[in-house]
Amino acid sequence: MSLTMEPPRLVTTRPLLTARNVSKCYGRVQALRDVSATVYPGEVLGIVGESGSGKSTFLRCLNLEEVPDEGSYTLDLPDVADNLFDLDRYARRMLCATKIGIVYQNPHLGLLMNHSSSGNVAERLLVAGERRFSVLRDKARRALDASEFPLDRMDAPPVELSGGMQQRVQLAKAIALEPALLLLDEPTTGLDVSVQALVLDTLKRLQQERRITMVIVSHDLGVIRTLSDRVMVMRRGQVVEAGLADQVFQDPQHAYTQQLVHAKL
Amino acid sequence: MTLILDVKGLSKGFEMHHLGTRMAAFSDISFNLSAGEFLLLKGRNGAGKSTLLRTLYRSYLAASGQILFHSSHGVVDLARAADVDVTLLRRTEIGFVTQFLTARPRVSAEALVAEPLRLAGTPEEEALEEARHWLSAFGVKRALWAAYPTTFSGGEQQKVNLARALILPQRLLMLDEPTASLDASARAALIDRLAELKRAGTAMIGVFHHPGDVEVLIDREIDLAPDAPKQETREDVAV
Repeated sequence: MSLTMEPPRLVTTRPLLTARNVSKCYGRVQALRDVSATVYPGEVLGIVGESGSGKSTFLRCLNLEEVPDEGSYTLDLPDVADNLFDLDRYARRMLCATKIGIVYQNPHLGLLMNHSSSGNVAERLLVAGERRFSVLRDKARRALDASEFPLDRMDAPPVELSGGMQQRVQLAKAIALEPALLLLDEPTTGLDVSVQALVLDTLKRLQQERRITMVIVSHDLGVIRTLSDRVMVMRRGQVVEAGLADQVFQDPQHAYTQQLVHAKL
Repeated sequence: MTLILDVKGLSKGFEMHHLGTRMAAFSDISFNLSAGEFLLLKGRNGAGKSTLLRTLYRSYLAASGQILFHSSHGVVDLARAADVDVTLLRRTEIGFVTQFLTARPRVSAEALVAEPLRLAGTPEEEALEEARHWLSAFGVKRALWAAYPTTFSGGEQQKVNLARALILPQRLLMLDEPTASLDASARAALIDRLAELKRAGTAMIGVFHHPGDVEVLIDREIDLAPDAPKQETREDVAV
């Protein structure tokens, strides 16, 4: 019962990210069904939904960790393939290392827990071909600093750090190569509330200073609301609603979104 | 006079799925607004005044009708414009002033006020200087400028909020009771700033609990459904 939106007319830049009709099945379970998304340069897209909604699966597709059964995915960057899902493993790995950064909820997925924090960040640069030790260390230091990680601890391994600090190391690793796209999968879930606020603040600062394009997935509406320009609501592998963040939270259209918004404390 | 806003047959209701009901907020509203004009929205509580403002700003989705905004890029129907276009216009041409500040942890009052200017491309130092000017104009104590407003009193937060909301001149400004619970000197500063923006051509549409506060600014009034009883119709809603 609402109006159909028009295509952009004032914003003439092309979207950085365009994913179309992404579908994925695990056996008989349809994890994603016809999920489409566009994200413009400098924009933050938030994806909300409960466990099993497919939001993390979709993010893993965007990080090329999963190849969907159907659909296309492009990034509007020079020398990048038309459909990234068609890339072979090696090309995928190179693209992820240089153009896409990711922060996982579980730091074990993103970090070598017993290597130094600076080494974890430098590893990303090594993959991209940097070999000079002084450059590696300097860039790692700068990325850690931008993530507001205390530099006097840069040689400590993540296993010795608090949860909030581990997320800062992941973030430093993710932004070390100044990726075009930053993906965040429940980046603050499981952290103490006060630590969560600080990590969110760091993300907001980074986003404003560098105009990084982000896709953030969380079941926490507060997190999504703090960071996102636009929101996509997923349920059972499908997008049920999408719109401006304030609109989706203040005037949710779909029954499921209304239920989500009303259930928030 | 330059036309800024042309609202045609605008309607809004809320579908409440868990109740299976639909609540009408307002229907078939039409009006226009020119540059430098100040329009007061009247109507008793629940008449849909704030709802109308939020619909114009696209925090609420219109059910039908048009919100033709004459932007510097041409005419845009805010009821149907793409999200990215609305985001762009909100950053550069359309402002919304409430009485509440959305403070962020570890962001100082002056940085928060300077932010709209910075996002519009003003260099950091210049933006901060202008921010301090407006904090001072609205009567925020100098000692608080570099502090975090999360812990400020309600009154001080409101002043920071006004400074932030009005620092960047916009083409269209929506005002949702910005004078509520404001002290006399801050209210005077607000009226001064609004008058200045109005002279410079900003079109304004606002809701005020005490319209007397802004009497000198008002050019026209519209009354939202003055005596129509609030409508509520029940119907089965397919989910």
